[in-house]
Amino acid sequence: MRVVVDLTRCQGYAQCAFLAPSVFRMQSGDALLYDSNPDDALREQIKRAAAACPVQAIHIGGMGTLAAMQKEPAQRRKPRGPVRLTDAEAAFKRGGRIVIVGASLAGLTAALMLRTQGFAGSLTLIGDEAYDPYDRPPLSKQVLTGWVRADHTLLPYSDELDADWHLGVRAMGLDLAGRQVLLADGNRVQFDRLLIATGARARPWPNDAEASLEGVEVVRTRDDAARLQRRLAARPGRVLVIGGGFTGSEVASACRELGLPVTVTERGATPLVGALGGVVGAVAAALQRDHGVDLRCGVTVTRLEGDANGRLRRAHFSDGSTLNVDVAVVALGAIRNVEWLRGSGLAVTRWGVACDAACHAFDINGLVTGNIFVAGDVARCPHPIYDYQFLSLEHWGNAVTQAKIAAHNMLSPEADRWPHLAIPTFWSTQFGVSIKSVGVPTFSDALVITQGSLAERRFVAVYGYKGRVTAAVAFDQPKWLEFYQGLIDAAAPFPPAFRTVHQPAEMRPVPPEFPKRAVSEHEATVMVTGREPYERRVRWVYRHL
Amino acid sequence: MAQASIFEQILDPANRANPYPLYAELRKTPVAREADGTYIVSTYDEIVALLHDPRVSSDIRNLVRQAGATPSPQEGPPGLPEPFIRRDPPDHDRLRKLAMRPFGPPHTPRRIDALRPWLVETTTGLLDALAGKNQVDIVGDVAYPFPVTVICKLLGVPREDEARFHELADAGIETLDPTTGTLEQRKAKRDRTNAELGQYLAALADAHLRQPGGDLLSGFLTDNGPDGRMSREEVLSTAALLLVAGHETTVNLIANGMLTLLRHPGVFERLRREPELSIPLVEELLRYEPPVQFLPDRVTLADIDIAGTTIPQGSPLVLMLAAGSRDPERFDDPDRFMPDRPNNSHLGFGSGIHYCFGAPLARLEAQIALTELACRLEHPRLVADPPPYRPNPTLRGPLHLLVEVDGIRAAGVR
Ligand SMILES: Cc1cc2nc3c(=O)[nH]c(=O)nc-3n(C[C@H](O)[C@H](O)[C@H](O)COP(=O)(O)OP(=O)(O)OC[C@H]3O[C@@H](n4cnc5c(N)ncnc54)[C@H](O)[C@@H]3O)c2cc1C
Ligand code: HEM
Ligand code: SF4
Repeated sequence: MRVVVDLTRCQGYAQCAFLAPSVFRMQSGDALLYDSNPDDALREQIKRAAAACPVQAIHIGGMGTLAAMQKEPAQRRKPRGPVRLTDAEAAFKRGGRIVIVGASLAGLTAALMLRTQGFAGSLTLIGDEAYDPYDRPPLSKQVLTGWVRADHTLLPYSDELDADWHLGVRAMGLDLAGRQVLLADGNRVQFDRLLIATGARARPWPNDAEASLEGVEVVRTRDDAARLQRRLAARPGRVLVIGGGFTGSEVASACRELGLPVTVTERGATPLVGALGGVVGAVAAALQRDHGVDLRCGVTVTRLEGDANGRLRRAHFSDGSTLNVDVAVVALGAIRNVEWLRGSGLAVTRWGVACDAACHAFDINGLVTGNIFVAGDVARCPHPIYDYQFLSLEHWGNAVTQAKIAAHNMLSPEADRWPHLAIPTFWSTQFGVSIKSVGVPTFSDALVITQGSLAERRFVAVYGYKGRVTAAVAFDQPKWLEFYQGLIDAAAPFPPAFRTVHQPAEMRPVPPEFPKRAVSEHEATVMVTGREPYERRVRWVYRHL
Repeated sequence: MAQASIFEQILDPANRANPYPLYAELRKTPVAREADGTYIVSTYDEIVALLHDPRVSSDIRNLVRQAGATPSPQEGPPGLPEPFIRRDPPDHDRLRKLAMRPFGPPHTPRRIDALRPWLVETTTGLLDALAGKNQVDIVGDVAYPFPVTVICKLLGVPREDEARFHELADAGIETLDPTTGTLEQRKAKRDRTNAELGQYLAALADAHLRQPGGDLLSGFLTDNGPDGRMSREEVLSTAALLLVAGHETTVNLIANGMLTLLRHPGVFERLRREPELSIPLVEELLRYEPPVQFLPDRVTLADIDIAGTTIPQGSPLVLMLAAGSRDPERFDDPDRFMPDRPNNSHLGFGSGIHYCFGAPLARLEAQIALTELACRLEHPRLVADPPPYRPNPTLRGPLHLLVEVDGIRAAGVR
């Protein structure tokens, strides 16, 4: 059977791990890993686990699953009363044509949401991978350790979805005027409304010849992960991980769990420095070193050297040193899958397809389109909390929430559109630790530890920008994070000045130590109220001017 | 005398049988201030927010310190440190983690699941003993003995001591109930029982240290994990906590469950035919008739703005879990008992870092007990509806639940 846990919601209550211990496993901290496609014989146990989850984060098939809302928008809670559809909108909902390109997390979630919102027309999903939609986060974690097979990561959904699937077929182009998607097999698929959910792919090693050496791997797809897992299971001499971001760090963690010698190189001062800054990154560095990772920061790989048989043998570093390695995992981030949209007339950059908060794609002139929607890793969407900057997120939770909002808006008249105002949330599980973040840590000029301590490696770090809270990162403290999300929503003053439990003796804001980058300056700020996507609304506040 | 506040009416034993209309009344003011400065919180979102708010402490010494009064009366066995339910991080987290090591994941993930056959066997035994009766007391005959037997086995209380243990557990719980005497009387009684319980546990600990077994007490005493070990005093305090926290709560869940089933005969029949229904059904019970109605004894460490009110620093808080779990803003048709209600994030076990430690065990106990009762009681009828309630407003449940039956089916017969 198929299981997916919304780990952005999960707070580590471990009820699942008690009740279905072979499927759900807690790590040493509050981090959960699980088997996405366990044996059917465990069904009853899994039902127990799903029913018991205090935050209802475990989904096991059925139409609700990924599209489920924690709290349904009941008619009576809507101030405007029931929403009336025009005849045209109603006809579209009954018999329109929706095409989704990209059949992964965002695409599947949108499809489920469309059906649960009552879309009865034709629904087509186009995906260039030949597989049923599957979940990627396990690929750099429980798949690499060999616990869960790469092909056992399929996402749950019900047959009631009633969709027309084109799997293993790439979309090659988009004809906006003619409302057609052009497929690699020569077919054209007609649509009334389109959702672009083509996500991203792994950034390959820049030197083609070196990249094709045997033993040089990336981790983005199920096939990638299966290949890397086999290599690791063959117990190579030493694994090199190029890039100390989340994926690289998770790969290193899996290697150490397998007892393999591993070297991580990171251009910046610490692992995770790009996402969380050097202060928190230093904790990640200590974690790696304690687990026996040979961590080399401020170092880049200049050359991968193969032997006569085309097998990877050695890596050369920018500090002049070399190292014999059998496997190199290139973890240098992702490239958005937008090439198929070149020349389509949409606002496409290397940061993705720009869209408004309702997920309508912008066209090349910066006007919103009415019938083209975007969601997931491929989308770039303005966020009022972050000075309306366009955010390109590569977060599981964002793909799900944005897909639900896009789907809702595809079926809704203007007055009932939901803006995508979710505060970005992200999790990672590495070296047994649960790392969670809310907000955008890079959008900050200072951070302060408000609970616990860096030394204990159990803490909450709050990030601030120009005197307001913009993000929080928690190591093994998942149960407090929703409080900090509330502070971000409310544009609460930074640094926080209240007393809490487990407060450090001294709370001194320090620079978060991000690598240099340009931050655009904006003086006004906004706050958001509401919890569920349908109730999130922006208000301007001038408090910090 | 001023008119009783809604909260005072809730405390009144006269309203024990059905406090829910009062909760609905309470929710009209999500955060209400009582005359004595206590804040009563009754709506779902606000309760959840406060349970995840690090400015809220479970350590009532914070209250006392601020008021400049003497330290609060010691709960639990005398001379022992406060148990982790009444402590804040980092102590809470350290103790809870150590207590979890022999009990559950990540260190002992299979212990509770593995108890399942024995739990079934134990209920079967209790029901077998009722053969030939035409009237049973669900509380006294099943709901009450079952959880104590379970916690005794887990803690490592030898069989021959169980009866003594029952008495102590009982007496301890009774003294928490404000209606059983004046504060002084209850304190004196509590001190006596606690002292006895402390002595008993101390002796038991010595025995387990000499000859450790696979039980929790032995586990706590001999733990060699990376985070160290509890002190002997902490072990005793934790053992007492597990005994008290897991006792009457589970009794009430089973008793409230049976009462609710008898009031919904259709659901009772369904459970008989589909035992798997017990899984969501127990969740719905925890929402609809929760054994822990509210959490008293929280304190604010800072001013907190919530639902248009500012709760000042140092205020006592009461979180009305049972009112939150019936908040129509969160649950559709909240006063309806819907055994397969989707998305049931009820507050029956609390939330946040103090989320019930024993929840997985309590769930299994209730699922098994209710399924067995449904399968084996022949044509059960309530003798009195409502049944007599214990006066305790926090841990709310029937004193007795008398049921007439045509007989007790043999085990395994549907
Ligand atoms: C190894 C790994 C670990 C991760 N771990 C975490 C984690 O711990 N926490 C977290 O929050 N997030 C994590 N993520 C990120 C998360 O998985 C992504 O945010 C999520 O997959 C995005 O979903 P998506 O549907 O937008 O894009 P994708 O999952 O990238 O899916 C896009 C799909 O579209 C297909 N496609 C692309 N172009 C075309 C085309 N032209 N025609 C047809 N189909 C096309 C692609 O092949 C792919 O199947 C991880 C990602 C990876 C790879
Ligand atoms: C139906 C049965 C039960 C119910 C309804 C219940 C309910 C609760 C609730 C609401 C809390 C939160 C207290 C707070 O936040 O202050 C709690 C905590 C606790 N419960 Fe339970 N409980 C039950 C059974 C058990 C059992 C069987 C055990 C022991 C085996 C147990 C042990 C504990 C402990 C130790 C805590 C404190 C946790 C902490 O502070 O971290 N409970 N319980
Ligand atoms: S929050 Fe839910 S999914 Fe997460 S560990 Fe707890 S029970 Fe499991």
